[in-house]
Amino acid sequence: MTTLIAIAGLGIICLIAEIFNLRKAIVPVSIIGLLAILGLNITELNLVGSTYYNNMIVENNYSRIFSALFIVLTTFLVALSPEFHKNHKTKISDFVAIKLFLLAGAVAMVSFGNLAMFFLGIEILSISLYILAASEPKNVSSNEAGMKYFLMGSFASGVILFGIALIYGATGSFDVETIYNTVSGGNIPGWFFIGIVLLTIGLLFKIAAVPFHFWAPDVYEGSPALTTATMSTLAKVAAMAAFFKLMKGLNHEVPGTYVTIIIIVSALSMFVGNLMALKQSNVKRMLAFSGISHAGFMLMVFLSPPTTTGVLFYYAAAYGLAGIAAFAVVLSVCGNKGNEEIYNFNGLGKTHPLMAAVLTCSLLSMAGIPIFSGFFAKFFLFGEVLRAGQVAIVIIAVVNSIISVGYYFKLILAMYTKDSTEEKQAVPFAYSVVAVVAILLNIALGLYPDLVLGYL
Amino acid sequence: MENILQQIGIENYIYLSTLLFCVGAFGVLYRRNAIVMFMSIEIMLNAVNLLLVAFSTYHQDAAGQVFVFFSMAVAAAEVAVGLAILVAIYRNLNNIDIDSLKKLKG
Repeated sequence: MTTLIAIAGLGIICLIAEIFNLRKAIVPVSIIGLLAILGLNITELNLVGSTYYNNMIVENNYSRIFSALFIVLTTFLVALSPEFHKNHKTKISDFVAIKLFLLAGAVAMVSFGNLAMFFLGIEILSISLYILAASEPKNVSSNEAGMKYFLMGSFASGVILFGIALIYGATGSFDVETIYNTVSGGNIPGWFFIGIVLLTIGLLFKIAAVPFHFWAPDVYEGSPALTTATMSTLAKVAAMAAFFKLMKGLNHEVPGTYVTIIIIVSALSMFVGNLMALKQSNVKRMLAFSGISHAGFMLMVFLSPPTTTGVLFYYAAAYGLAGIAAFAVVLSVCGNKGNEEIYNFNGLGKTHPLMAAVLTCSLLSMAGIPIFSGFFAKFFLFGEVLRAGQVAIVIIAVVNSIISVGYYFKLILAMYTKDSTEEKQAVPFAYSVVAVVAILLNIALGLYPDLVLGYL
Repeated sequence: MENILQQIGIENYIYLSTLLFCVGAFGVLYRRNAIVMFMSIEIMLNAVNLLLVAFSTYHQDAAGQVFVFFSMAVAAAEVAVGLAILVAIYRNLNNIDIDSLKKLKG
């Protein structure tokens, strides 16, 4: 609760700082504030779960540890902001404040105890992202990305809202716990299940899983690169965490048909994401398809909900940190080139060995090569799903991991085997710091998984 | 006093809302004018509001009506952002046809 209030307060402080002409202080103050909130949040870990405002907000280790992950990711994104927006110095307070409000939405999405709070959280996150996607008003690509994201996003919100209404109609309450008890008591109208299906569809839209993925590549490509980083890390992880919490909270057992649907969606997401990524020449688009395939991997946690909570967090953290590191390098390489084609990365291994190494590490982590946390995330995930008896989907997932190596190595080969055609440019300090810290956290997570798995 | 909801039946409210929701959904899918698409999204959200109010009366529970206020506020915020994006598009392209946005492909 204090976390949520503090984040929203920090966002408002950013806006007020602009009024009082303290523009230079905004980013340092936000980063220090976010780190302080992170500390506050971590000290509350392992405390007894508590509820606030008539069960509107329920805090437990699940919400706290995911909030911690979101805060870390947002800290990185805020640290990247001043360099990325250096041509729009006057707007920095808006960009930082919107990112903080987005974080508030993400935290609300994992600490809801009531469907009203869940809906508000998802809308705060989405509306902030619509603004960020369209935040280059003179650029037609950004306009188009914002418009597409807005139409798809509000369509999905409408579907989610319809699902919530039907669940309310069937159970007479918005409170997740009351709904759970009513459902366990049996004798519920069929609308309830229609509601669950609509909620699932809406959330699959938000996490960009096949067949609801078609907006993602266009939106990721057209948005400003920093917004793409936000969407593919923070927004995807937050939607996934909320989806998991919601399904675990509403269904007391996952029915067999639902499991079949999840398996099909997960397998399709992996195949479509990976196969489409193979033929992309734009790095942002490639990472969008890679994100679709990772959504497929993360969906596998639904096959064994009681035991996969920790695995979901671990996977989300590994993916989020690797994504931040990769995007920090992409920003530094393509920052002033106006496009993100792969040839921009030619010869990066010679001109900027550090950045090339970081990008290689983060791509290897996403592909699932050992010592990086991405490997252990997939390892734990496959182990749990195998234990739940779903062998087929694990085989599909392993095959897809192998396919994904293909396009990740396309980028790595470009960096190390081709020669650079351009002159060496200095890498901005903020980008290299964020890239290195994110990848170090990723490796640390890989070496010491117990650091986070013990809490869930 | 006879309850109007009992006379009409809750199913009919559900059918009406579903119908309105589908009208909105098809509007988003088939119309190419951005303003009409926004209106269709509003129809979808208002169909849900109608359903929530009907269920609220059906259960004799005020929470549904309170939720409608939340969803109205959210819809207003959403459409404000959407219109802002639309203005930016109009300034660049001088039209609001959604088919003129096809720069991103692949």
